[in-house]
Amino acid sequence: MTRLRAALGRTTFGGATLSLIGLLLALLWLVPLAWAVDTALKPEAETTVMPVSWIPSEFTLEAFRIILGQGDIIRWLFNSLLVASLVTILTLALTSLAAYGFSRTTFPGRRWLFAAVLAGIMVPPQVLIVPLFDEMRALGLVDTYWGMILPQLVAPAMVFILKKFFDGIPRDYEEAAELDGASRLRIFWSVVLPMSRPILAAVGIFTFISAWNNFLWPFIVITDPEMMTIPVGLYSVQGSFGVRYAQTMAAALIAGLPLVILYAILQRHVIRGVGQAGLKG
Amino acid sequence: MAVHTAVRQTSAAAPSDTTRTQPLLSRLGGLWFVLPFVIVYALFMVWPVLTGLWSSFFNTSLAGGDSEFLGLDNYLEMVRDDAVWTSLWHTILFTLLSTPPLVLLGLVMALLAHRARRLGWFLRFAYFAPFVLPVTVVTLIWIWLYQPGFGLINDALTRIGLSEVAWLTDERVAMIAIVLTTTWWTVGFNFLLYLAALQAIPRELYEAASVDGSSSFQQLWHITLPMLRRTTGLIIVLQLIASLKVFDQVYLMTGGGPNFSTRPIIQYIYETGFTSYRIGFASAISYMLFALIVVVSIAQFKLFPAREESAS
Repeated sequence: MTRLRAALGRTTFGGATLSLIGLLLALLWLVPLAWAVDTALKPEAETTVMPVSWIPSEFTLEAFRIILGQGDIIRWLFNSLLVASLVTILTLALTSLAAYGFSRTTFPGRRWLFAAVLAGIMVPPQVLIVPLFDEMRALGLVDTYWGMILPQLVAPAMVFILKKFFDGIPRDYEEAAELDGASRLRIFWSVVLPMSRPILAAVGIFTFISAWNNFLWPFIVITDPEMMTIPVGLYSVQGSFGVRYAQTMAAALIAGLPLVILYAILQRHVIRGVGQAGLKG
Repeated sequence: MAVHTAVRQTSAAAPSDTTRTQPLLSRLGGLWFVLPFVIVYALFMVWPVLTGLWSSFFNTSLAGGDSEFLGLDNYLEMVRDDAVWTSLWHTILFTLLSTPPLVLLGLVMALLAHRARRLGWFLRFAYFAPFVLPVTVVTLIWIWLYQPGFGLINDALTRIGLSEVAWLTDERVAMIAIVLTTTWWTVGFNFLLYLAALQAIPRELYEAASVDGSSSFQQLWHITLPMLRRTTGLIIVLQLIASLKVFDQVYLMTGGGPNFSTRPIIQYIYETGFTSYRIGFASAISYMLFALIVVVSIAQFKLFPAREESAS
């Protein structure tokens, strides 16, 4: 078996060509990021020199120093982290409880309610921006964290994914716990959830990336610069960078690199998580 | 395996018979599990869906004031409004232009990364990394890449003897520029879906095939691609729906310009609602887009009824 697998992966001419294509495509895909890093490390005056050169007279962190000195961007990163984390934790809590309820308990109207939740998968949040903003204004949630967070907690697809997973767990474990006198909630917490770690990680990672990158909704519900998340905050100052490209790229990298680095470290989990949640959603 | 048969009938999973004889209060016990989600769902999805529909029959203004019942006037105005149809066309054009490269390139990347051994980590990193960037970061970088003169792309074009392209300011290419950026940014998602599907194909199939002496190209054609058929269907539909919702990168790169030539329908909804304050009219347009997306979603269920991945 291992010999066969080794034979499948043995280096042939065709195999080497494919590896080369894969590598070149990967390098091409990294060029925009590499160019952003290169630009951010140049002295401002050298960013617009023609013909274009990758190597400036000196590499400098000046642009990063200026951007970090302005302070706003740290505040926006903090806001993004707070909002994305709360959205992720609360989504996991709400959807896993609901999925367990739909999978394992009975109550009048359960099937009807589950069908109603499933129908929500088809509703794109983008078409709700106008009535949702009106609602947020009536609730006094404009320019608040909750105003950003609450609408992002509606994740019917995640309820569907988790319910499917819970449906597949044999009931024996829970029945054993039930005989020991454990309550439903206790069984859910200490029997079912620990068995569901991989799928919860999948849903969590997927939710976090979506919330971190969400632009349209925070853009609509937030106008106070103090409350902005990174995508919205950067947009609000996009014009004021003018032709200072080193600073623009430094700001973009400060905003973008934390998650790229996190992805590099947690690659295995991210790939499995997004793949699973995406395919099943 | 009784459990497994229950799984197949998704929404009708068998209720456990121990609960049937219990009194009402504990029969309602399960409701407490679903209630927190259902409340949030009702407040922030069902409610705006209903109020949006309601206000599409009124001339409600975001600025307040009394609104009067218009019947279908908003919808009639929508049908006659050229801006609705041109911006809807831009959305559809974006969808038609972006879906093929996003699906095909995602497949190619997954095939390349799946067979890679030592390079695997690096390929998976490079192909997916852009996807984790916030949209504003993506557009800042690409506006910089698209600069005339000292922009990296135009510099490369002039170096190989071609003429510069006014990527974001020429009506004929602005949409292409947005599609290129979108492909770079989001292809990683389809790549991951394909990669997950590839990893689920049983190795025994390939082992049997190579014992039979079939070449790797034959294996790709006769095993891999047929096994990916269902995944491809799913990815195409997910991509169509995602592309129909395009707004962010267009708004950030061209603002819908030049001369409204890239303005998508969501931007028109946004402008109608938040610049012209016409909630009623904006809701009517939202409902048209909503209907379009529902049709695509339903087509998915019709075309790919069973949602089981890979034949295991």
